[in-house]
Amino acid sequence: MSSNWCALLKYDVIIIGAGLSGLAAGIRLAHFGKKTLIMERHYRVGGLNSFYRAGGYDLDVGLHAVTNFNSKGLKSAPLSRLMRRLRIKEDDLELCPQKESRITFPNVSLNFNNDIRFLTQQIEESFPDQRDGFIRLIDNIIRMSKDGFLQKADSGRKFLKRFITDPYLLEMIICPLMFYGNAREHDMDHDFVALMFFSLFIEGLSRPQKGIRAILDLLLKRYEDSGGELQTQSEVVKIKLKDGSVSGVITGSDELIECDAVLSSAGIDETYNICREVGNNKLITPGVMSFAESIYILDKKPLELSIDHSIIFYNRSTTFKYQKPLEPINVDSGVICMPGNFTYNEPQTKEEIRVTHIANPNYWIDADQGEYTNSKMLWHDRSLDAVSEIMPSFRENIVYRDMFTPKTIKRFTGHTSGVVYGAPDKIRDGMTSVNNLYIIGTDQGFVGIVGAMIGGVEVVNRQLLV
Amino acid sequence: MTRESIKAAIIEIINEIVPDEDLSDLDHQKPLRDQIDLDSMDFLDIVMELRKKYRIEVPEEDYDELSTMNSTIDYLLPKMESL
Repeated sequence: MSSNWCALLKYDVIIIGAGLSGLAAGIRLAHFGKKTLIMERHYRVGGLNSFYRAGGYDLDVGLHAVTNFNSKGLKSAPLSRLMRRLRIKEDDLELCPQKESRITFPNVSLNFNNDIRFLTQQIEESFPDQRDGFIRLIDNIIRMSKDGFLQKADSGRKFLKRFITDPYLLEMIICPLMFYGNAREHDMDHDFVALMFFSLFIEGLSRPQKGIRAILDLLLKRYEDSGGELQTQSEVVKIKLKDGSVSGVITGSDELIECDAVLSSAGIDETYNICREVGNNKLITPGVMSFAESIYILDKKPLELSIDHSIIFYNRSTTFKYQKPLEPINVDSGVICMPGNFTYNEPQTKEEIRVTHIANPNYWIDADQGEYTNSKMLWHDRSLDAVSEIMPSFRENIVYRDMFTPKTIKRFTGHTSGVVYGAPDKIRDGMTSVNNLYIIGTDQGFVGIVGAMIGGVEVVNRQLLV
Repeated sequence: MTRESIKAAIIEIINEIVPDEDLSDLDHQKPLRDQIDLDSMDFLDIVMELRKKYRIEVPEEDYDELSTMNSTIDYLLPKMESL
């Protein structure tokens, strides 16, 4: 490495990526007086959870719902503790709870809301002999939540089988957990099953009154008010090492910015790729789980079409296949989100439905422009065909539609293969083989936007503030 | 700083961390954590705010000194009286 760069700037910490984890980490660092710079390659903050304007509509991407709804306002709840770390009032998030969601498989549907007793009742009705096991599962997971879900790596299916002996019910319960955060094909890690079950079923789902944008604005304001700096459209192309430690980063415009530490939310593999010196120390298995999402704007509220659920997780066959599909999109399963069907404090004009399916990243990334455009049209239709089998059709009411694919995700997040939940093997504590380079975000494995923020805060607390 | 101003400084810090807690009736003899809903991370934040605002280092072995309001003031007085 030549030393022609003339460093004009020096920071205590540089954070790669202005997603939820980077912003949360940045707030903590800036608040406690560290000179901090967040570098974001996109022109907008948010990473996987962002928003855009198209066809005259403001559209959210990524976020279906926020997990860890703190319905009892407990100070010990993860969301409450996180907000105290960020010095943001929990109420300012304006989270509004889901109404009722549904898991629907052939011949059986289970409804759930933010009171786990309701799901327990639903299970008792359809699977009477599974009720007691399910209650023991809940107790077990609540106990695990008190130790921060630190478990040795083990199969999540095996863990669930200890409590749920009916394989069909097991598939139905694991389906939402996987859709909302699993980087691994087929199975899910024991601790993530517990963490997701707690976050999604025990604490529950909500949406911010004003969408993801309001949360991002809140975080960004808090970060900048604390003295943190942000550069958008600014890419880190190389992490520069000196004597085995990070000494700075090289930007896309070939500038050197010096720093004492780097927090990277780019992903494990992606981070090692721009820091070649450590590339051979660890073998990373990249993730393959990616998704395509159709966004529909309707001329009526979904409620007026008798679509009254908040979120529907569906699967059309008796076994649930969570794996990279051979076809471009697997419409046999999916998640349908009705952002308007949450209990908002102020009425909303959300006439929107979002449908997410597992997609094959290679197909979408490799397709040429013509095939890409045609395939989007074709798969919109196939997705709508599948969805109309499990809920009232809204095809005739669509006034605007858009689709994002693994290619879109790759473009906006920089994640190899457009993976959404990163690599299957996670680094919880963020440590890498370089002592002042840390991983935050998706590849820490704390899922959802709450998890992403908790992960960022924990790395900062443990590694950079004490 | 006097005992009174140190007390005010501590109250201000706690108030920033847990803004919804009523701190007006604190018993200065009793452990803070029995009276306010503070977890270990909140407690660590108090220590870090002291560092940030007054450049006072509280080493981990001294954390026990910060259990009640009175013991906290006793502990901080020699470090803060010259500020």
